[in-house]
Amino acid sequence: MGFENLFFGFEIAVTPFNLFVAVVGILLGTVIGVLPGLGGANGVAILLPLTFTMPPTSAIILLTSIYWGALFGGAITSVLFNIPGEPWSVATTFDGYPLARQGQSGQALTAAFTSSFVGAFFSIVLITFFAPILAEIALKFGPPEFFAIQLLTFSSFVGLGGGNPLKSVVSILLGFILASVGLDIVTGQLRLTFGVVDLMKGFDFIVAVIGLFGIGEILLSVEEGLRFHGTRTGMNARVVLTTWRKLPQYYRTFVRGAVIGFWMGFKPGGATPASFMSYAFAKRFSKHPERFGKGELEGIVAPETAAHAAGVAAMLPMITLGIPGSPTAAVMLGGLIIWGLQPGPMLFVDNPEFVWGLIASMYTGNVIGVLVVLTLVPLFAAILRIPFAILTPLIVVVCAIGSYAVHTSMIDIWYMLIFGIVGYVFKKLDYPLAPLVLALVLGDISENALRQSLIMSQGSLGIFFSRPIAGVITVAALFFLLVPVVTPWWRRWRGTA
Amino acid sequence: MRAGDLVTAVVLIALGGVVIYDAVQLGIGWGQEGPRSGFFPFWLATLLVLFAAAIFVQAWRRRATKVFARREQLIPVLKVLVPIAAFITLTDPPGPPDGLGLYVAAALYIATYMRWVGRHRWTSVAIVAVAVPVVAFLVFERWFLVPMPKGPLEAWLGY
Repeated sequence: MGFENLFFGFEIAVTPFNLFVAVVGILLGTVIGVLPGLGGANGVAILLPLTFTMPPTSAIILLTSIYWGALFGGAITSVLFNIPGEPWSVATTFDGYPLARQGQSGQALTAAFTSSFVGAFFSIVLITFFAPILAEIALKFGPPEFFAIQLLTFSSFVGLGGGNPLKSVVSILLGFILASVGLDIVTGQLRLTFGVVDLMKGFDFIVAVIGLFGIGEILLSVEEGLRFHGTRTGMNARVVLTTWRKLPQYYRTFVRGAVIGFWMGFKPGGATPASFMSYAFAKRFSKHPERFGKGELEGIVAPETAAHAAGVAAMLPMITLGIPGSPTAAVMLGGLIIWGLQPGPMLFVDNPEFVWGLIASMYTGNVIGVLVVLTLVPLFAAILRIPFAILTPLIVVVCAIGSYAVHTSMIDIWYMLIFGIVGYVFKKLDYPLAPLVLALVLGDISENALRQSLIMSQGSLGIFFSRPIAGVITVAALFFLLVPVVTPWWRRWRGTA
Repeated sequence: MRAGDLVTAVVLIALGGVVIYDAVQLGIGWGQEGPRSGFFPFWLATLLVLFAAAIFVQAWRRRATKVFARREQLIPVLKVLVPIAAFITLTDPPGPPDGLGLYVAAALYIATYMRWVGRHRWTSVAIVAVAVPVVAFLVFERWFLVPMPKGPLEAWLGY
């Protein structure tokens, strides 16, 4: 029965107009994804008014295509500029940028786009056939399970992230503290504002990302005397084919990334932790972990596969349950209501042409997407040949515009500068920045999950162990937290024995 | 890096202290609606203080290896930072006087930086400094309808 529905969907998605809409969406989305600060959620929100007069199916195809484009576009700036256009492409910079600096950006970009496509395709197939089953599992999740998953994500940073575990913990705590600034949505009280009006809005993670990664990296690179070299990209059909020949050997990383991505993807903020977890696992299981961070192709495959699989998976709870799995999906959900559709399981009954058209358009959109970005990358590569003294102010201006656009507020541009300085200092002292940003993104969600769990249990932490699913996840999280503590003892014991 | 680690740890401990103070004011216990507003920040900040103290001790027991940044490293960093601060101030300074708006400030910033750091020819300086804000204006104000801070020039042009 799945095939019939999918075939029906393709009849809707593969009309000339809907294909045209998909191409326009991918192009717009890629540009949005390349510009830091104008991310998927932002871009979709800004373009939402343009869809009011379109048929709902074409409208959702436009918005989802923008989303796919933004997912692809994030990889371009990560590899070429070391500036993640989106939080989930942060992990792509770890090995993508070193490769670009070695003159291998063509290879890096091909790997990134291909991995994105593979991850997305995996998720789309799962959405098509397993949507009802997976939706049912996710339905059973309560706050304790969600909090346990968050705990697992952060503990995997500490246990698998390498570096100084104390500093990883401090980064996570700092991110959560920054997230708690402003209005507490549960009690309506103001926190950590000290009567300062500007602090009431809190800190937006987009501004933090732009400052920490965009401005911070510029400061680091000028200090090192390294300029943005006009490296040749050498992006052509031959590079694409040689890279494609290399990629199958990472099949384990592809599968692991796609599974992690899909699993993490259907809860809010899933794409970013999925990309980091996938990267951490790939590094842990690699025969050459020392090559990671220095330009290992596998270090691009892992996060990109997971991020894109998660990005697609975020659509699953939106169409089946009416619960958005990502901020971008939340914006799209708003669109559904404006177009006169009722989000939720009834969509499958009342508007099958919409649901199956959307699912089929995921296939066509991602095929179009990977072809468009692979062919148009030379255009973006031209950016690398711009001299440093032009590029620096250009990036700063785009960063400032992006920061301001989040809430049309001047203070955000100042925050961007402050985050830039913090990013510079932290990077020099080996405080990891990624967990800080992640904690800032997930802060409210994690806190609400913790509070609701504690309300359910009347204040007892036992709830994270007594419920079967939450218990297993919590134990796994504690295991990762203990890894850095136990590892030295283990080594010493094995050394003496 | 030892001094850098020590200073950062002290700053983090102080920050943790501020958060704990605020959390205690809000209430860290159990209220009508479950854990009160200060509950989560209180435990975060307590852990922050503990872990930052551990980093302090760790750094204290280690010998200083290399300095955080040498003078010839800091100067180029400041050369990037100060113009950014000037650019933001020109866009819209904090307080009552209105700024030049983002686009004019960006033009001045790009021109100054290109000429001063890059020593580009005046013609290329003029082209880039005018083209970038104009393109940005078209993209954000016209196509994407994202309003940026505007100043007297935009007002004179009717925006």
